[in-house]
Amino acid sequence: MAEVQIPVKSESSVFSFGKTEKRLITDPISDNNPITVQVLGVCSALAVTTLVSKALVMGIAVMLVTAFSNFFTSLLREYIPKSVRMIVQLVIIAFLVTVVELILKAVNYPIWKELSVFIGLIITNCILMGRLEAYAMANKPWRSFLDGIGNGLGYGVILVIIAAIRELAGKGSLMDYKIIGPTSEYVLNTMEISWLSWYAPNNLAILSPAAMFIIAIIIWVQRSRNPKLVDIS
Amino acid sequence: MFSTSYIIKFTLVMTVIVALVLSLLVSGLKEVHTENESVYNKKGILSAVSAQLGKDINAMDNKEVQELFSTSIDQKVINLKGEEISAEDLKAKTGTSEAVDIDWSKEIKKPENERLLPIFTYKSKDNKEYNILYVRGKGLWDEIWGYIAFESDWNTIAGQAFDHKGETPGLGAEIKDNKAWYGQFTGRKIYSSDGTFTSVSVVKGGVKIPDHQVDGISGATITAKGVDEMMKRGLKYYESYIQKNKKS
Repeated sequence: MAEVQIPVKSESSVFSFGKTEKRLITDPISDNNPITVQVLGVCSALAVTTLVSKALVMGIAVMLVTAFSNFFTSLLREYIPKSVRMIVQLVIIAFLVTVVELILKAVNYPIWKELSVFIGLIITNCILMGRLEAYAMANKPWRSFLDGIGNGLGYGVILVIIAAIRELAGKGSLMDYKIIGPTSEYVLNTMEISWLSWYAPNNLAILSPAAMFIIAIIIWVQRSRNPKLVDIS
Repeated sequence: MFSTSYIIKFTLVMTVIVALVLSLLVSGLKEVHTENESVYNKKGILSAVSAQLGKDINAMDNKEVQELFSTSIDQKVINLKGEEISAEDLKAKTGTSEAVDIDWSKEIKKPENERLLPIFTYKSKDNKEYNILYVRGKGLWDEIWGYIAFESDWNTIAGQAFDHKGETPGLGAEIKDNKAWYGQFTGRKIYSSDGTFTSVSVVKGGVKIPDHQVDGISGATITAKGVDEMMKRGLKYYESYIQKNKKS
């Protein structure tokens, strides 16, 4: 899938929000999704999608980092020496990831404790470097910022979808709200409602392979609905 | 093209700016971070006696937890021989006089004869005392730990709270999340009727000795084994202290 490059047209205002800007946000959510179309950032999609709450926090964290790293790189793009640009980009990413981690640790300590390793691993997320190299190094700050938001959103949406399927199938809950299970704590108590008595939580859904199957199914559905995405080569 | 001196200057200036901002942020947030960590640990300890609290510990905010902890919990630290460490010694050794603020994950890596052990005593409103002991071990992916509360006979378990660093939600993480599982420990005994230390084992396929066994978790064999191991080894460290205090 080729990168969709939007040519920079004549300047109207710095923070304008027209058709091009809208596409910067909507494209990565559907037709140019970083996970399902570009297949980037899959590693963390497998690891942090056991619970919706985790996936949500991770999605927001990645969105903030992509948006601001795109923004800062784009601001500096004419001053960054080409020979060290990768290292400069990495410093920006690492800096922002550390900031996000420190803030999360102050705001919600239990979630930080559960996510800690994976927040640090945002640094190695391929989406970030990909966007900086492909977009921010060649475009103006405001559009780069929107591109970052779009790609972070595209990543987060897929993460939440996978997590919702895995949490519901594996634990019978969503966002830790108990929905279906064998005790009275659950909304649908399978011990009392007889037509649900076949239900048992699926342990496979909790293990990492399940995330891979679900991503593959999402890719399949998306490509069969939109033949443009299919690589004929 | 940029000159070499420009490249060096650019990278230097950038590194200095980033380092400066980060160090400011770290020192600025340090207080909040330590408080959060302390509250997290205190919540863990208080959850071991949650049945006696009469309140939902998770619904409390930071201030309430701090207050409840300081009014109802006594802390002390002992060594492996069962001798209590004085507050000055503790301060010299670990830099804090409060047992709850010590990094126990580091303590567990020390050689056994230098190791310190915390005891938290909870005094309920009707003047009953519960002693909460701390155990730590390994699960499938990372460390697991638990606070085990005992009745005044130092034998019957009155409550427990397990926690983990990275067990799988729905499988290993059930040791923390599934009340039906960890609740099994309540009422179990760690000494058999002739007074030997037996602890509580986690067994597969049905409990045969109700006083000393709990059922395992299906799909989380290794985490369950970790809990079993932790309950045996971790509580054994307290033995000399328990023997001293049991008679009196």
